[in-house]
Parts: sequence; C-alpha cells; structure tokens
Amino acid sequence: MILIQGNEAVAQGALAAGVRFFGGYPITPSTEIAESMAKLLPKYGGTFIQMEDEIASMGVILGASLAGKKVLTASSGPGISLKQELIGYAAAAEIPCVIVNVQRVGPSTGQPTAPSQGDVMQARWGTHGDHSIIALSPWSVREAFELTVKAVNCAERFRTPVILLMDEIVGHLRENVNLPTENEIEIYPRRKPKKTRAEGYQPYAPDEDLVPNIANFGEGYHIHVTGLIHDETGFPVGSPKVTADSIRRMHEKISKDIIEVQTEFIDDAEFAVLAYGGTARTAYQAVLDARAKGVKVGFIRLVTVWPFADEFLFDISKKLKSIIVTELNYGQIVGEVQRAVKGNCEVKLCAKYDMTIFEPEEIEEKIFAETK
Amino acid sequence: MTERSYEKYFRQNRLPHLWCPGCGNGIAMKAIVQAIENKGWTQDNTVIVSGIGCSSRASGYMDFDTLHTAHGRAIPFATGIKLSKPNLNVVVITGDGDCTAIGGNHFIHGCRRNINLNVILFNNDIYGMTGGQASPMTPLGKKATTAPYGSIDRPFDACNLAQAAGATFVARSTAFHVQHLVKMIQESFDNTGFSFVEALVQCPTAYGRKNRMAEPAKMLQWMKDNAVMKNVWDKLPEEKKIGEKFPIGLFYNSESETYDVAYKKVIQAAGGIAK
Amino acid sequence: MKSEFTLKLDRCKGCGICVNFCPKKVLALDTLGKVYVAHPEDCIACGQCELRCPDYAIFVDKIKEATSQGTENKG
Ligand SMILES: Cc1ncc(C[n+]2csc(CCOP(=O)(O)OP(=O)(O)O)c2C)c(N)n1
Ligand code: SF4
Ligand code: SF4
Repeated sequence: MILIQGNEAVAQGALAAGVRFFGGYPITPSTEIAESMAKLLPKYGGTFIQMEDEIASMGVILGASLAGKKVLTASSGPGISLKQELIGYAAAAEIPCVIVNVQRVGPSTGQPTAPSQGDVMQARWGTHGDHSIIALSPWSVREAFELTVKAVNCAERFRTPVILLMDEIVGHLRENVNLPTENEIEIYPRRKPKKTRAEGYQPYAPDEDLVPNIANFGEGYHIHVTGLIHDETGFPVGSPKVTADSIRRMHEKISKDIIEVQTEFIDDAEFAVLAYGGTARTAYQAVLDARAKGVKVGFIRLVTVWPFADEFLFDISKKLKSIIVTELNYGQIVGEVQRAVKGNCEVKLCAKYDMTIFEPEEIEEKIFAETK
Repeated sequence: MTERSYEKYFRQNRLPHLWCPGCGNGIAMKAIVQAIENKGWTQDNTVIVSGIGCSSRASGYMDFDTLHTAHGRAIPFATGIKLSKPNLNVVVITGDGDCTAIGGNHFIHGCRRNINLNVILFNNDIYGMTGGQASPMTPLGKKATTAPYGSIDRPFDACNLAQAAGATFVARSTAFHVQHLVKMIQESFDNTGFSFVEALVQCPTAYGRKNRMAEPAKMLQWMKDNAVMKNVWDKLPEEKKIGEKFPIGLFYNSESETYDVAYKKVIQAAGGIAK
Repeated sequence: MKSEFTLKLDRCKGCGICVNFCPKKVLALDTLGKVYVAHPEDCIACGQCELRCPDYAIFVDKIKEATSQGTENKG
C-alpha cells in the first residue's frame, strides 16, 4: 500500500507501461505528472525534457515516438488547446502517443486550480478535420494508474493519439492504493514491419486489424511520414479515393472492444445516474444513499469516453425510464447520451460549473425528483 | 556517362520535383545530399526532418527516413528523434517563414539547448508555398502580396539570431555558390552541436516576379554580385557595406556540451542505466 | 568535342539557368522549352551548367583521351 496522488499514479502507470520519453510544459493542475517524470524517467534510462511550450511538447514526443519510444505528455486546458495542432498530426500520421489532460475550469485561463470536465468534447473534436480519438477517464487513483497503462497500450495497438481525461478531482486526490504489480500488467509492444523493403514493405499498408505496421526511424526502412493525406506508401496523393479510404480507415481501425462501461444496481433499476471521471465518485455515493432509502436507481460510469458507448447505452436505455447525466460542465456528454438512446428513455442533465465539485445531496435531489 | 553518385540519395520515382522552373530549392537539396555523401553518413543512419513550405517538400525526395512535420515544428520533432536515438544524424530542412516566423520560438530554443541537429534554412525571402506573402526575412522595401507597397517590417538576420541564441555553428551561403554551399553544410555536419546554415535560394515565382527579377538566372546573378566572402567583408570599411551587399561564409564555430550528452549525466545522477 | 552531354529531358523545366551561366554559350532552349546542346564543339567541359541545374537534368563529362581513341579505361 502506498499513499499517492492521482497525478503521481499516472506517472507510475506510464513507466509501468513502458513510457520512456516525456516532453512537457508546466501547468496547474497537471504539473505533478511532469515533475514525477523528471525525477523517475532517468532512473529508467528514459528521457524527460521541458519544452518551450505545449506545441513543442507534442512535437518532441511525436519525434521520439517515431524513433521507437513510448511517449507521454501532460497538460491542462490552455496547454491542451495548444497541443491540438499536433494531436491532429499524430492522428493523420498514425503516431502512438498519450496526452494527459487534467481538466480545470475554462475557457481560457479560467479558474486554474478548480476542477472541471469542460474539455470532454474538445477531447473528441479539438483538432480540425475528421479523425478518430480515444479518451479514457479514471475515477480513482488506482484507476489513474490502470487507465494510463491502457492508454499507452491503445496508442500502440491502434497507432493513434489517446487522451487520458483526468480532472483536478482525481489528479490531486490522495489515496492509499495497491498498485498492480509488474506481472499483473499487460503490455502492447510497438508494432513491427512484417515485410522487408525488398519484399515490398509499405509503411502505411493496413494489417488485418486496419492498423499499419510502421517502422521506427533508424531501422533502415527509409519511410516517409507526413501530415498530408497519403496512400499506403506514405507519400501524399491528391486522389479522392485515397482521401476517403484514409479517413474511413482512421475511424474504423479503433476497435469497439476498448469501450469500457461500469454499471452498478442496473438489474432492478428503474432509472440511472450516468457519470464519468471524478464526478462519478459523488454520483456513486448519491446512488448508494438513495438506494439505502429504497430508490431503485442504477449507476452507469463511462470509463472509455471516446469512442462513445453508443450501442451499450442504446440497449440499456430500453429498460430505463430515464438517465440523469451528471457532469462538471454546462452540459456536454448529455448530448451524446441523448443521441445514443434514440428516444428510448428520457435524458436529464445535472450540471455544475461553479468551480466546486458536486455534493452527493445535489445529485440525490435530482434522483428523488425522478421518483415523483 | 556514369550516373552521379549523389543520385542514390534521391527517391528516383518521386523526381522530377514539384518546384517551379528555376527554383533554388533543387540546388540546395543537392548540396545537402552531396555534403552527406562527403561526410560519409549513410541513408540508414540519417534522418531528414522538415516543416511546411515549398522548401520543406525536400524531405519527400530524399531516400532516408524522412519526416514532413507541421508548419514551424520541425525542430521539436527533430529534438525528439535525436534524444531518442542519439546515433542518428538529424538534418532539418526549413524555410524562412517556417523557421523564423511560426517556428521562431522552437528555433531559438533548439539553439539554446544545443540539441545536436543540423538545420539548413532555405531562405527565399518570401512565403513561397502560399504565393508570395512577406516573411520575417523579406528585406525592407521588397514587395510581397501582403506588402504591396514594399515591406516595412524589419527583417531578421537568421545567422545573428542563431548565434545569439546559442547555436554552435553558423554559416551562410547561396545557391549561386554551390561548392561553397556544400562546404558550409559539410562543415556544419562536422560540428557537434546545434549547427545552422542559411542557404539563400531564388524563388523566381513568388519573389522574383514581384521584385523585377523574374528570371532565375538573374536572381543567381544577384547573389553573385552581392555576396561577399566573410574574410573580405570583415575588412570592408562600413561605407562599403552598402546597398544589398551581404556576407557569406562561416560566422561562428565552437564546441559546447550537447543536450544528449548532458542528459546522460542526468541519468547517472539519478542512478539509472543509459540506453 | 571534349565533352559528353547527358540530358534527362523529363526532368528539365526549361528555366534557362544552364543557358545563362554557360561561359561559351553552348546551350539553348528549344521551342518546347527544353534544353538542347546548340554548339557542342564550343564546350570546354567546365560543368557550370550541371552545377546549378536545379532539376539535375544536365550532366557534362570530359571525354578522356584514352576513351576517345577507343581504348577502354581499365580502372
Ligand atoms: C499553422 C499553419 N499556418 C499556415 C499555413 C500555411 N502555410 C503553408 S507554407 C507557408 C509559408 C511557407 O513559407 P516558408 O517557410 O518561407 O517556405 P517556402 O514555401 O518559401 O519554401 C504557410 C504560411 C500552414 N500550413 N500551417
Ligand atoms: S513558389 Fe518559389 S519557392 Fe515555391 S517552388 Fe516556386 S520558385 Fe520555388
Ligand atoms: S538548368 Fe536544368 S532545368 Fe534549367 S534549362 Fe538547364 S537543364 Fe533544364
């Protein structure tokens, strides 16, 4: 058992998952991740570098990833906005990387030390153009560790940017935890070319799972990497078909098997509370309290926020009267839930955006309103 | 004829390149591969990284591991590659806008950290790819689509900038002085540290036409007439350093601990194992 | 003629740089805008054209005496 903070658990998880390169720029409330990495990475023979801004932090990790390292960067609102340019580059050029966003109140400098979940749509659509993305949102210190490992594995498996959507609540939460041991952790290794150059290797030719096996730099493959739309050779082409194929593959390569949703008390539930990240802690408490008073309310937690759990929510909404979406923003994921349930049940919003976290009573109030 | 030995450094199936007739980028790109050949670097241990712009398209024609990044961001990407695999030789190709406008901050910080990179700036005094807007290196009074009455923005001297920011090698040459350019690039490769070479290249399309020099040969002639070798320039009295005259040659060459070497000490201090 | 020209015409963009910097005015552009060797006999094999061709389209080699006499270079 050790007493650590969510942000520190992210650093530990990253190291356990094989991350050996971190580039960053300080920003509250994510700084502890950079500080932990600065201290720990050299012990593992890895590299930490503090860059001149968040754009450079993204650039440096993408270069390191292309050279074969597993990579991570961490930031918060204003910095995440700067990172968007090269998050798109990573999506287009299919470069594995993990971006941690410890969310704070925005827009702009906002409330630097206050928790928020206001970047959940930005995580999906922050960079321009059609692209796929993965975003995972932990609710505990141990899960911050576990989902960092999962994030690194997903980045490697799908060769895509993965966003670890933390919030100030979990980032600064201190808990006594047992972290998974080395043999409890599964690691997805860097994908390797299956052909030699002589055999006609094409760096961007998709494998059976639609993900290409792109060689690392310095291994003799002479590959070309670009943010321009490219064909299987990696070189840009102005063809409508290649453009459409490439955008389609980018979406379809993210397998649905990574979508993780936690449910509690759903069997007898008449309606449910849905939450994610730090807010889910309070929501769960509210559900427990309500059930103790005999209310048949269920609990749904999105562990994987993107891709969205469309099918799961559609199915479960058939037997529910309503879903109360609790989130620490003006109302973002609620729209996605509405879209997913396709009218099967009512979707209600329990939103908060005043710097403070939910109290269980605030959510209970909404729960009891549903029983009337 | 025997095929020129530098041809093997080009991706033959990508040539001819997309640059305009008479564009100086082709001359500078050849100078780089000749310097690589002379230096004895191989296609397997050398990586070419570029930003966005006409000049940055060079990476696609060169048969190495090549990385065409985003506008201005070549140096951060190159930094990540160099620090992850210090044995690779990393060459950055950038344009005047790419390097000193949108990438200006990355440029000076690359110099400051002394990352062991070799940055070659193809300076055509203009934004070529987007059709001739003024760049931070457009000379005063010259015309651009966004400076239709002549530029009033004071330009950067990228060599001074690099040196002031901490680059360990700084030189300038031109597309006219091809052999000199090859020599400067090759010497920049010899320097262990952040080395910077500014290669003046002609852009007849976006710059020349606007500034009464539409003919590529005229632009090269202008380089011939106005470039002054550093040793001559230094002896020139101030009143003779007039008009459009500018110095070329080696401006600065020193050695200083590079970031990857310094970081090995960090690893030692932390009790880690360097790999 | 002391020199042998190799033209890769698919690469030539007719920019005229080689034509301009040839000290002996050996080269010219044809009606399609591609380079051609107008006065081969005047070439001194200085290589100025090859040096600055931005498209690697023109190559000039000195003809070795031995080769022109029909004996192969043994090297
Ligand atoms: C973020 C961003 N802003 C603007 C552009 C548009 N853009 C493409 S190239 C370029 C300028 C290139 O000029 P320079 O770096 O001097 O290179 P050149 O084309 O002259 O070789 C600009 C502004 C872009 N691609 N990305
Ligand atoms: S616009 Fe200028 S820089 Fe770009 S290819 Fe044409 S001549 Fe070269
Ligand atoms: S310099 Fe090259 S591209 Fe230009 S005309 Fe001569 S051969 Fe053609």
